[in-house]
Amino acid sequence: MVPAHQGGGVMRVDLLTESVAGLDEALAAVDAFDRALVVGLLRPHAVQAAGLTELADAVAGTPLAGRVAEAAEKAAAGAASEDHFVALAAARTALVGSVHDALMERVEAATGRSHAGESVPEPPEPHPANLLVAARSWLADLARCGWQGIDHEVVSGSAAVVSAMLPDPDLRRLATLLDGFAAELAASCPGSALERVPVRRWADLWSRAMVLTVPGAAGVPVTGMVSGRLLPLGVDVQEHATAVQAQVHAVFEPADGGASRLVRGCVSVPKPDTIVGAGLWQLLRPHMSLLAAVSEGRSMDLSDMPVTAEGDLVWSDARARAGAPADAFATARVALSTASVSATAPLDRHPARIAAPVFLEGYSSQQDDDGLTFTVADHRLAVDTDRIPTAGPLTPEAVAVSRACIGLLRWDAGEFTLQPLAVETTVRKKLTAIHAGAWAGGTTDKAGARAEKAATDAGTMLRERAGRLLRK
Amino acid sequence: MSDWERSSTARVVPPARPRKLAKVPFVELADGRVQGVVSSGSDIERVYVSSVAAGTFAFACSTNNNRPCGGARGSFCRHIRTLIDEAALQYGPERVARYLRLDTDVWGTTEDALAVAMIATGPPRGDNAAAASVFSRFLRHLAYLELAPTTAPVPEMQWFPPTRAVA
Repeated sequence: MVPAHQGGGVMRVDLLTESVAGLDEALAAVDAFDRALVVGLLRPHAVQAAGLTELADAVAGTPLAGRVAEAAEKAAAGAASEDHFVALAAARTALVGSVHDALMERVEAATGRSHAGESVPEPPEPHPANLLVAARSWLADLARCGWQGIDHEVVSGSAAVVSAMLPDPDLRRLATLLDGFAAELAASCPGSALERVPVRRWADLWSRAMVLTVPGAAGVPVTGMVSGRLLPLGVDVQEHATAVQAQVHAVFEPADGGASRLVRGCVSVPKPDTIVGAGLWQLLRPHMSLLAAVSEGRSMDLSDMPVTAEGDLVWSDARARAGAPADAFATARVALSTASVSATAPLDRHPARIAAPVFLEGYSSQQDDDGLTFTVADHRLAVDTDRIPTAGPLTPEAVAVSRACIGLLRWDAGEFTLQPLAVETTVRKKLTAIHAGAWAGGTTDKAGARAEKAATDAGTMLRERAGRLLRK
Repeated sequence: MSDWERSSTARVVPPARPRKLAKVPFVELADGRVQGVVSSGSDIERVYVSSVAAGTFAFACSTNNNRPCGGARGSFCRHIRTLIDEAALQYGPERVARYLRLDTDVWGTTEDALAVAMIATGPPRGDNAAAASVFSRFLRHLAYLELAPTTAPVPEMQWFPPTRAVA
């Protein structure tokens, strides 16, 4: 029995479990290339040459065909230049992009939401390229070594580039990516001793970084200013050892009465690796008042807030003020299914970037060795509880006994999963909402206050050291 | 390929575990060493740069002004032992032992046994050549506190989901 849905939109989980035509073929070509990167392209063998050819063949019908065929041939001979590596990365990015598009069609069909129809304009003028060239040269070295050939010397080559890039806001995206990537590689040295390699992940990070070394590739221009009411749904946190980002997913209702749309507000910052847990919220909190609104269960009123064609608000506290109380579950039940979805920038067309807000209820849950699954109308959806941040009141146990869930629909390793952002559950016979991001703006919760205190102490200690040592 | 091998968001490095930073503001597993910076117990202006090499357990300890530590002549000084303890807290004892290539049969499973097990092998004294680079890595680490936040989206962070798994 399909649950009756107050908002009118019923999530069609069945569409998420059916196979997608052409997806396996596209990913097979991606895998073939990715396996070549495991061994490296310094002196490729026949198997790797075949992998390169498979990638080139997969884009043979596209405008990239000529350049990629040449790049594959040179790389197969162990003679690829940095430009050839960029061409190979671009081909892989295009293929993965087609996988993204096919999956997004499914997401839109399953949620019943439609596209706003806007396309993403070209990025603005390119940034001076010295550091980009240095980054590209390091990435080319990596491709030649292969993941099994990495050692400390090769990996440490990124440190100076990352340090020089991080302070420049225009280079922050690539710097943050390289920093997280290099830390993983450093922790995995020497590559010759690796028992297993995260084949697709590292090829993803490598090709994305390679494409971002093309001047201007990282720019997603602001396309407008919006005024109206912002209704938060929940917070998604992303972190690596030296960076954190919080992304608030929300429904935006324009003041002019236009159609509502899904938007995101985000804030990110580089960090020392010893700042973790509640310390992440402490770093982010002062820079986006939206986090406090989420914790307090409020809407926000925006006036002339810049927004990109992708639906990302470029947040400025001066353009937002706290609004009336707004329950995220009310928003999810009433406003979510009719909000439109924004276009995706060409470079962001990747399955890992899919994060579609959804609302589910009337499911049953099962816990087994593989983790938690929700069953909706006889169709199973895996629940990714590992993504729930530790600095918050939501736990995998609470998700398992929940009755309703706001989450993000994601796709990885061949299947759709649900990342819970908030659940409704019964606590002492009372229906209670628990939000993963409840501590974002601060907390009076006992466990939360303890975590905040420990994080404050760590932050104070590091700042005291920095004050004493950095300006000598 | 396994699911882990074809996952874009496979977790490769477990996140650091929270710890108090007063005694050891910085410790890392890098350059083939467990290395870091240890606060002096008596002088707030002074810190020690301490390290233990993987495999040989060759140890070194000196101040940030490159004066040798009086305690680190025959074997691990107090600073080095504290460094190893804090490394075990931050990264988990198994990961530290693996990085140091310390035989797991020898050290058992408790955190404080790591330093004891290495001392028992009679480790050699190393030179202090790396101290300057370790200290500059510490300064680089602190410099992260001074970088400005941004509210422009960083889509690359989608590849770095959090994990509840601990080191």
